[in-house]
Amino acid sequence: MSLAELICPAGTPAALRTAVDAGADAVYCGFQDATNARNFPGLNFTPDELAASVVYAHAKGTKVLLALNTYPPAGKVDLWRQAADTGARLGVDAFIVADMGVADYIARTHPQVRLHLSVQAAASSPEAIRYYCESFGVKRVVLPRILTIPEIRQIRKEIPCEIETFIFGNHGLMVEGRCSLTNYLTGQSTNMDGVCSPASDVEYARHADGSMASQLAGFTIDQFGPDEKAGYPTICKGRYTAPHRPQGYYAFEEPVSLNLSRLLPELIEAGVHAFKIEGRQRSKSYVRGVVRAFRAAVDDIKAGREANIADLVALTEGQKQTQGAFETKKWR
Amino acid sequence: MISETPRPLRPGEGAVARLSCLALQPILSRVVRRIAKQHSSLFARLGPHQTTDFLIDPVELPFALHLRPDPQALVFRAVPRHAAPQAGAVIRGRFLLLLELVDAEEDGDAAFFSRDLEVSGDTEAVVRLRNALDDMEGSLAEETAGMFGPPGRAILARLRRAYLNTSTGEEDA
Repeated sequence: MSLAELICPAGTPAALRTAVDAGADAVYCGFQDATNARNFPGLNFTPDELAASVVYAHAKGTKVLLALNTYPPAGKVDLWRQAADTGARLGVDAFIVADMGVADYIARTHPQVRLHLSVQAAASSPEAIRYYCESFGVKRVVLPRILTIPEIRQIRKEIPCEIETFIFGNHGLMVEGRCSLTNYLTGQSTNMDGVCSPASDVEYARHADGSMASQLAGFTIDQFGPDEKAGYPTICKGRYTAPHRPQGYYAFEEPVSLNLSRLLPELIEAGVHAFKIEGRQRSKSYVRGVVRAFRAAVDDIKAGREANIADLVALTEGQKQTQGAFETKKWR
Repeated sequence: MISETPRPLRPGEGAVARLSCLALQPILSRVVRRIAKQHSSLFARLGPHQTTDFLIDPVELPFALHLRPDPQALVFRAVPRHAAPQAGAVIRGRFLLLLELVDAEEDGDAAFFSRDLEVSGDTEAVVRLRNALDDMEGSLAEETAGMFGPPGRAILARLRRAYLNTSTGEEDA
């Protein structure tokens, strides 16, 4: 039976309290360093902040999951090990990991803490998932956003752990944990430094006609017309010209957010244990609005009522939403 | 999209802006001192950008706001737009949107996607300021309004009604 837990983002202690109060079953967060994939300026938790946050969440029956979901550069594992030690000492309920070395360290040193396999591990086949379960005792896998619901249902039958899927937020479909586009332009690694399009390399230029160019490391990666909705300044969602496409086109992906609110009943029926809301970099306003909407929807479905899904399109990237591969592999 | 673009000053407009700034300054000084005292933890999230000059530009008002969030020498002052200092980062939008963003009643990314919010200059500085403000508990607007008693709260309530009505396309009643 699916528990349909709601896993909610927290970029700051205030956002964590907002998520807890809005009905999160669990919140996920990270430290202020490269050990997590939202290593953004001014975001995340100090150990003291995490300690207080764990107390707050647990007092209200909410779990805290610590994201250690980046890859240590070869030979530089101390930061990740220290983060795991600190998280275990503070009483987090699970670690979200991608790297096998980090998983192995936690499995040996803190076997009492659950291990969840991050989407950054890009484990999308039963064979890959079983390997992590058998080798490191992984209890839950966060699936990449490239699978249909029938595929998820089939995988569920072939693996010994729980499944978590994204249901709302960023729709990043590069081979997760392997994307090197940011590294190519900025020298910083999404996978090892935890920064996709670091803010220090981003610049927006407004033109006299009201259009806006977004630039990364001096390269223009998109230009939005005066009345056109904008997206994040990520290379994978940039718009480029080519000899055969002089007007510019989305070469990789489009600025659009995932929203699976209408597929929740099917996902629950397929055996998904937990639903993840993306957006640790977003505001308390986003956290409050999205968590409340999905809390109500999940509760309605579990009670046998038809879910009344709040309109969340105003919070989506480019103010566009998609059900992506969950609905069909031909979503583009 | 934000339609306001810099334009030449009309006769007398500069004087109005300067007078507005002079009138506002005691209030702004009081507000920023109170915030710094009651929310001192926000400075840590600013990191190296405590000494960055931010220009917060409410497009429909006759002035902009200059913020340097240096805990040792806080600056928060109204400046005529045409005489604004060189800023490290500029944040531009309607006044009430900016107020709702500070209070986490609106989402900054969503306002950016819809083009109601513009940022320029040092993006990292803007992101740090946003995250620092977002980690503040309580409502900055209500705290500020509360400093001026029932009249302050009544003005804030009216401003918020106006904002909600314009956001939903309704006229202010």
